[in-house]
Amino acid sequence: MKPVAFDYCRPDSIAEATALLHELGGDAVLLAGGMSLGPMLNMRLVRPSVVVDINAIGGLDKISRNGAVMIGATTRQADVLADESVLGEVPLLAAMLPHVGHFQTRNRGTFGGSIAHADPSAEIPLALVTLGGEVELTARCGTRRVPAAEFFQGMLMTMRQPDEMITALYFPRRQPQSGYAFSEVAQRRGDFAITAVACAVTLGNDNNLTQLRLGLGGIEDRPILADTSSFNGQSADSALATAIAAEISERLEPMEDIAASATYRRALARSLSHNVLEQAFQQARAVG
Amino acid sequence: MRRIGGNEKHRIELTVNGRKCGAEAEPRMLLSDFLRHKLGLYGTHVGCEHGVCGACTVLIDGRAVRSCTQYAVQAEGTNIETVEGLAEGEHLTVLQQAFRKHHALQCGFCTAGILMSATHFLKEQPQPSEDAVRDMLSGHICRCTGYDGIVRAILDAADTLANNS
Repeated sequence: MKPVAFDYCRPDSIAEATALLHELGGDAVLLAGGMSLGPMLNMRLVRPSVVVDINAIGGLDKISRNGAVMIGATTRQADVLADESVLGEVPLLAAMLPHVGHFQTRNRGTFGGSIAHADPSAEIPLALVTLGGEVELTARCGTRRVPAAEFFQGMLMTMRQPDEMITALYFPRRQPQSGYAFSEVAQRRGDFAITAVACAVTLGNDNNLTQLRLGLGGIEDRPILADTSSFNGQSADSALATAIAAEISERLEPMEDIAASATYRRALARSLSHNVLEQAFQQARAVG
Repeated sequence: MRRIGGNEKHRIELTVNGRKCGAEAEPRMLLSDFLRHKLGLYGTHVGCEHGVCGACTVLIDGRAVRSCTQYAVQAEGTNIETVEGLAEGEHLTVLQQAFRKHHALQCGFCTAGILMSATHFLKEQPQPSEDAVRDMLSGHICRCTGYDGIVRAILDAADTLANNS
């Protein structure tokens, strides 16, 4: 399996890259770590005339703080997993990153690449949606920030326009009296999740639920947020976790594929939701 | 900015197993093919060619990565280590010796990739748990051994390296 012949460009700056995208539009693909695009090129599922390699762009792999934790598009997944301060500030990443691919793919795979690829079962998009993060898109004429929940439009489809590149992701930092948890089921360790669930929970002083964001991956054609607003104010205990899991799983419209039926996905969503909620409730109570 | 036409052959200079070398390649040439067919380093095996099986794993600037989902042109100026760079003549590395001792290979097709992964992994986690080793091995497919020998070999190599230091 070899890709079609393509022209290769390796810009040194965002300005060079966006000028190229402006010129080439849909004829070009952006290559970061290549953990998703590489296989698609090799299998000729993608047949671009130009590959724009963004790995040499200086500063695109930096992490900085500006309210949220900003992770540059070409930051390797392994580098975030090894960064104790980021994992402390965004605890959901600590729980989720070990499930992203394998040791060998995290060494090369990037944060921006996973977001751009938009696989419905991918963990990094799910984490960004669950936390209410944002995607920074840069074109020749400027930069915009899009809420993650709007960015993902469907299976491998996003709001990114052909002349735009993802330059950074904004992950909201941990809140006081909050807990974060993640769990998934896959056929093999490191494989695509059949269903993945993440949550961010904030409790009041009386241990009642004040805010809950519950995200599900692998269920529909993009990572989704469950509507749990009716549960706010209730006592965050095991019974509440059971009730939320039961109600939200009934409302889902799970996809079917070779790995799992809709019924199985719904059952997974229910049981994983219950587990992550209990875990996050406990964590939120413990951090006080 | 580097710009190379699709049918243009471009000379790629890099360091492989401590030696500077180079050869020509067009942009679409996989790094795994470049190592094998241009540099004659057939120790790196090619299995699935889409990043799943791990047979082609090499170290690029010290990190274990797939060489089939990168293009040779991307490796310009990097420092690559392949399985040929492990042993010094007849003298096997501690990890290789442990593979022999624990019968961690049978047909050997996956072995080169696993040795490279484990070489990097043991630098990051010098005293890993069995679970951590199995997690790292999830990035490789071995159809002969059932993995138990490989796990034992890596844990044994970690012990030996800890005692040696």
